[in-house]
Amino acid sequence: MSILELKNLSLTLNGRKILSNLDMDFLEGHVHAVVGPNGAGKSTLAYTIMGLEGYRNIEGDIIFGGESIKGMGIAERAKRGITLGWQEPARYEGLTVKKFIMASSAEKSIDEVEDALRKVGLNPDDYMNRAVDKTLSGGERKKVELASILAMRPKFVMLDEPDSGIDVSSLEKIFEGIKLLKSYGSTIVLITHSLAVMKQAERAFLMCGGKLVEKGGIDKIKPYFEKECLPCEHKNLPDKGDKNGN
Amino acid sequence: MSIRICRTKVIKMEIDDLLKLAGEDEALKDKETAHLTINLNKVVSKNIVPGLHIDTEEIEDGINVKVIVDEGIVIEKKVHMCFGVTHDKALQKIVMEIDVKKNAKISILSHCIFPKAIDVKHIMDAKVRVREGASYSYEEKHIHSMEGGIEVYPKAEIELDKNARFKTEFELIKGRVGKLDIDYEITGKEGSVMEMTSKVSGRSDDLIKIREAGNLIGEKARGVLTSRVAVRGNAKAEVYNVMVATAPYARGHVDCKEIIQDNGVARAIPIVEVKHPKAHITHEAAIGSVDTKQLETLMSRGVGEEEAVDLIIEGLLS
Ligand SMILES: Nc1ncnc2c1ncn2[C@@H]1O[C@H](COP(=O)(O)OP(=O)(O)O)[C@@H](O)[C@H]1O
Ligand SMILES: [Mg+2]
Repeated sequence: MSILELKNLSLTLNGRKILSNLDMDFLEGHVHAVVGPNGAGKSTLAYTIMGLEGYRNIEGDIIFGGESIKGMGIAERAKRGITLGWQEPARYEGLTVKKFIMASSAEKSIDEVEDALRKVGLNPDDYMNRAVDKTLSGGERKKVELASILAMRPKFVMLDEPDSGIDVSSLEKIFEGIKLLKSYGSTIVLITHSLAVMKQAERAFLMCGGKLVEKGGIDKIKPYFEKECLPCEHKNLPDKGDKNGN
Repeated sequence: MSIRICRTKVIKMEIDDLLKLAGEDEALKDKETAHLTINLNKVVSKNIVPGLHIDTEEIEDGINVKVIVDEGIVIEKKVHMCFGVTHDKALQKIVMEIDVKKNAKISILSHCIFPKAIDVKHIMDAKVRVREGASYSYEEKHIHSMEGGIEVYPKAEIELDKNARFKTEFELIKGRVGKLDIDYEITGKEGSVMEMTSKVSGRSDDLIKIREAGNLIGEKARGVLTSRVAVRGNAKAEVYNVMVATAPYARGHVDCKEIIQDNGVARAIPIVEVKHPKAHITHEAAIGSVDTKQLETLMSRGVGEEEAVDLIIEGLLS
């Protein structure tokens, strides 16, 4: 059963059509991957589903749990269980890891916050009172972000480039986190251009130039990584493709 | 103590409440922790430790406080000071003189509490000398009423001798600011280190003016001026950070961040002056509303917009 559906979704930013007529469906409790070259529109798609400022003036529709969320703001979408892990997580001067995760926490309990940190491989004793600022490495911030998502127990979570800034040994922790989310029943969307990350998914969508060019099982999408070629006319020139696009 | 018996009881009760408000009541019971508690212009209680001298003298509308730390004395436990006004209308003038002798070390935590202020003026006029190799840390935390009828004028002139260290933090984030006009001027000789931080949160028609000036006059003197200000409602803030370096290898940094909400107005005027080719000063200033990504991240986790803004500002001022 699909929990979120995009119906002929298009988005134009500054006169450029960044997302073109997307029809996609995400199955409840499944792990999905959205792959494609840089500039394909993957992040834009995530921002649009989250309803960020500047990404709400869409054509088509977004249906979540049978209801159109097109007219809703971020907070309303988040209350319904939709969330997004940023490729480059925000930094907050002075805001502690504890307060940051607590704010997301479904149960608003310290135990849950500490538990979430442990699950991403961070020792609560070392991290609870640190600030979510530039003193955390990129990888640590990425893990704190994932911990806050675990604590939120979302229904639908998009992780934008979950492996960026993460070293090989930490990558396993991120993958464990994804499995945990799945075990909570979350529907997961991994936005990536890495084969290792895509392999965590059950189904994949291949995007290029703002368009959906292929979808299906991992095996069907894998050749894109192996041959680095796209089954569309844009090849690896998404910017050019956008302009001549359509 | 020169308090008339009949008044003592009344003041004492209220002061106890003040100290509880500041979370200070426990510290003041400890015999090894030096402290000084003043209500308006009366000493309510005082405790000193060896090597520390605190002399007070009542003056018209205020009090003179003289603090001396003897040479080589290291005071391990923070000295607690409390300057309160339990009255709703008053003028309180504190004239402080602080002398931290050679290689001595002291750290003071000062609470300024005006819980009932409707029309209260608090003037602090401090002269500080930190002698060679000595170290002085001063934290001042304000707790104000929600009425806004208060004016606070903290003024300090600080002189740092060779290799002296001075660190100060001013915090006014509880209650209404009213009118605040900070004026700190520090001069640092050879090898000295100065760190000055102010954190202020204004609302309604609060007026905030902060002037922090650091003069790095000695070789290898170092200094950092930091300001964190949030204004909402119709509050206004002006921050003047002045850093001047006149000696070789002097290093300075000025860092000012102001967040504005509603109709708040913030201004930052950094003045950075380098008068020696081997000195170096950097500065950064950021004024604006709450960062969109910070806000949207919290909102995407189900936090309401207002609560998210509060969290971000609270962090910045923490
Ligand atoms: N606000 C914007 N205005 C115009 N073009 C934009 C805007 N944001 C993104 N783009 C463009 O949209 C395309 C898709 O970007 P993005 O979604 O970040 O791609 P991906 O995440 O797949 O690398 C890029 O060509 C990018 O330059
Ligand atoms: Mg991207």
